Amino acid sequence: MHELALADSVLKAALTAADEAGIDRIDSIVVKVGELQQIKRELFEFSLTTVLPAKDSRLTGVTFDVSGEPVRFQCRSCGTDYSREEAGIDDGGDQGEAIHFIPELSHAFARCPSCGSPDFEIRAGRGITLVRVEGSSDDDRG
Amino acid sequence: MIEGEPIDPRAFVINDRLADVSRVIGVSGSKGGVGRSVVASTLALALADQGKRVGLFDLDFTSPSDHVVLGVERGFPNEEFGIDPHFVHGIHMVSVAFFSGDAALPLRGDAATSALLELLAIIRWGDLDVLVLDMPPGLGDTNLDVIHLVPRLEFLLVGNGSRVVIDSVRRALQLFTELDVPMIGLLENMRRGNEQAVASLADTAGVPFLGSVPYDRDLESALGDVDRLRTSAVYDVVKDVLTV
Repeated sequence: MHELALADSVLKAALTAADEAGIDRIDSIVVKVGELQQIKRELFEFSLTTVLPAKDSRLTGVTFDVSGEPVRFQCRSCGTDYSREEAGIDDGGDQGEAIHFIPELSHAFARCPSCGSPDFEIRAGRGITLVRVEGSSDDDRG
Repeated sequence: MIEGEPIDPRAFVINDRLADVSRVIGVSGSKGGVGRSVVASTLALALADQGKRVGLFDLDFTSPSDHVVLGVERGFPNEEFGIDPHFVHGIHMVSVAFFSGDAALPLRGDAATSALLELLAIIRWGDLDVLVLDMPPGLGDTNLDVIHLVPRLEFLLVGNGSRVVIDSVRRALQLFTELDVPMIGLLENMRRGNEQAVASLADTAGVPFLGSVPYDRDLESALGDVDRLRTSAVYDVVKDVLTV
């Protein structure tokens, strides 16, 4: 359940961003989840919505918008753009599990479907990104 | 509303993950082949034998070897609030080799940085007296990332009397001084004869000289066997290195 650790990082980043912007209460947090890592979305969202906000009063009542981002690899050898499904990752064994923990382990297992190269760039869908934080300051509420 | 460049949240929890680690020691060789991984692994083993709570993190992602030095088989760590390191030979240990197995892991600099961020964000080191980081050779991305990301970092440099190594270590010392990274000192490894180059370099640079490990022709056959490592020349020197 390292989804809990990832959710923790999102909330800490959001609180830091709120501090820097003078936000005293966070109303909503928008998060993008890359599908390479195949995190358990229900666990991640449960961590965000139920387990962690209670730790900080600024998160009371916060809502989350969590959306997935498909994976796109681009081969550095031949330029082919390809998906996770085309990369030949064996999700039934240890490969998927390794990538779940460390997405860069895809460089050990994924291959370009055109030329077979392991030298590629993860152009989209790698991991978790904090997209937007919305809230208000005590001054705004008068 | 805050909306701008998307934020990578992982760096925001690193200090929390390392909050209960008293000392973080980066064992750096700057030049490959000086025995950095043997020193890092044996230092962790010696500290564990002294009753210290010790972690060992192999940061040489593309060529990990601490698991070979200590004879640790591959295995996925426990997944709880994050991931728990393997506990073996009294050491809390993480290596990408536990995940990649025998597969080669080609990583460019940005990918190595991302892997480092991920691991620092999710590993639960817990309450440690010392976390030993086995740094990759050179002064590239991972070394610089660790300097910027890891709190309470101190460096222990490993070198030998070769002019090639001395030249490289001198450059590393210059960089670490410029970046204000605390230095535990400079350890001479694989000493042959009576050369004084490493001790002289430490003196010139104003860092402690931590001692000399004589060249040990039996070391290769001791790798992977912690009982034999405990009787090796490197163990005999590194067990006292933090008290110098």
